[in-house]
Amino acid sequence: MTTVAPRDPDVFPPYYYEAYRATIKRSPRQPLVPLPPTLSELTGPGPELAALHADDADLTRNMGTGQEAIGERILVTGRVLDERGAPIAGTLVEVWQANAAGRYRHRADQHHAPLDPNFLGWGRCLTGADGVYRFVTVRPGAYPWQNHPNAWRPPHIHFSLLGPTWTSRLITQMFFPGDPLLEYDPIFNAVPPGARERLIARYAHDVTEPEYALGYRFDIVLRGPLVTPFEPFEAAEGRS
Amino acid sequence: MRRGLTPSQTVGPFFHGGLLREGMNVLVRQDTEGQRIRLEGYVYDGDRAPVADAMVEIWQANAFGRYRHPLDQRPVPLDPGFVGFGRAGTDDAGFFWFETIKPGPVPFRGGVMQAPHINVAVSARGLLDCLWTRLYFDDDPATATDPVLRLVPEARRGTLLARRQPGTVPPVYRFDIVLQGDGETAFFVFEF
Repeated sequence: MTTVAPRDPDVFPPYYYEAYRATIKRSPRQPLVPLPPTLSELTGPGPELAALHADDADLTRNMGTGQEAIGERILVTGRVLDERGAPIAGTLVEVWQANAAGRYRHRADQHHAPLDPNFLGWGRCLTGADGVYRFVTVRPGAYPWQNHPNAWRPPHIHFSLLGPTWTSRLITQMFFPGDPLLEYDPIFNAVPPGARERLIARYAHDVTEPEYALGYRFDIVLRGPLVTPFEPFEAAEGRS
Repeated sequence: MRRGLTPSQTVGPFFHGGLLREGMNVLVRQDTEGQRIRLEGYVYDGDRAPVADAMVEIWQANAFGRYRHPLDQRPVPLDPGFVGFGRAGTDDAGFFWFETIKPGPVPFRGGVMQAPHINVAVSARGLLDCLWTRLYFDDDPATATDPVLRLVPEARRGTLLARRQPGTVPPVYRFDIVLQGDGETAFFVFEF
């Protein structure tokens, strides 16, 4: 029998979370409609999406200026896994982030912090056979936003993963250990308490490279089929 | 051993550089098989205000009804000219569009077929997780009996219909996404 784990309210943030004001008018009010996954949900776009360049995973260099971005250089790596702990190979991992001063290269970002001429702020890579991804980047800065008085986003890196199936599509954010801003951030706090630490990378001394950069490890676990889902679709072959 | 899932977070307002590239909303190439169609729509919030910082993603079968995925091993042709994934950002009016082909039918369970449909995922600032829905074609006779559409309360099924715009060649289908309130789009949660 084919199944995927249900959307776990102990792990996933609710769509409506009043303290994050933008949810108030954007969260559905009607109940979500339960859908038993079909071939449409159990398939999903794969690695053929990515025409990658060698520099795509190096955010300190991929502006293409030949110069290096300013800031504290860091290495961010981890494994993309399914719920059984199996590595997911060939997953496109896309990241974007503010620069070291806390500003995005985006027309909607009006924070009066400098743009770095050598920093685009986005990158991507595919996971290897062991499910591992790796980025070289700079530690992003905190920045103010207007959600509430004295609101500051903790430094974070946005992650987007498509995963093995349409149901595994995940957009999330990676935070840094020991950050005093986390307790004030409604976006982070929208995640139920028991699951919040899953969004915090761990400092990893074995990833740290001497005389070069500090290392962080951030594993990501995606929803996926819990049981190999072949049987129901073979039954339909003759009619397709 | 079950691993703890990674929670979702909002895509935020600054995703454009990281996620959108020129041409990602055009799924067809010259050699793609099938009926060309254009999808157009707007994303609205609970005040019917345009959502200018949303991202709409689609995933669909090819013209013969086959997904480009290792799980789909049915004896139905793969089209080398078609991957089936597209991504579009909304503009200041909340508007998005795709150029693609009409997908073929794919199986449900127990030998039953699904009507042609396109899988849709919406992300936006203010959405702490993606929202998943489906697009059906209002002029396709199979839509009326689709086994998934029938899981949706009857009064809400119309929110999943893309409406053929009169006189358009190739066909233009209009599919608005309403995150909240009157005409709220039916969104799915995947459950056994």
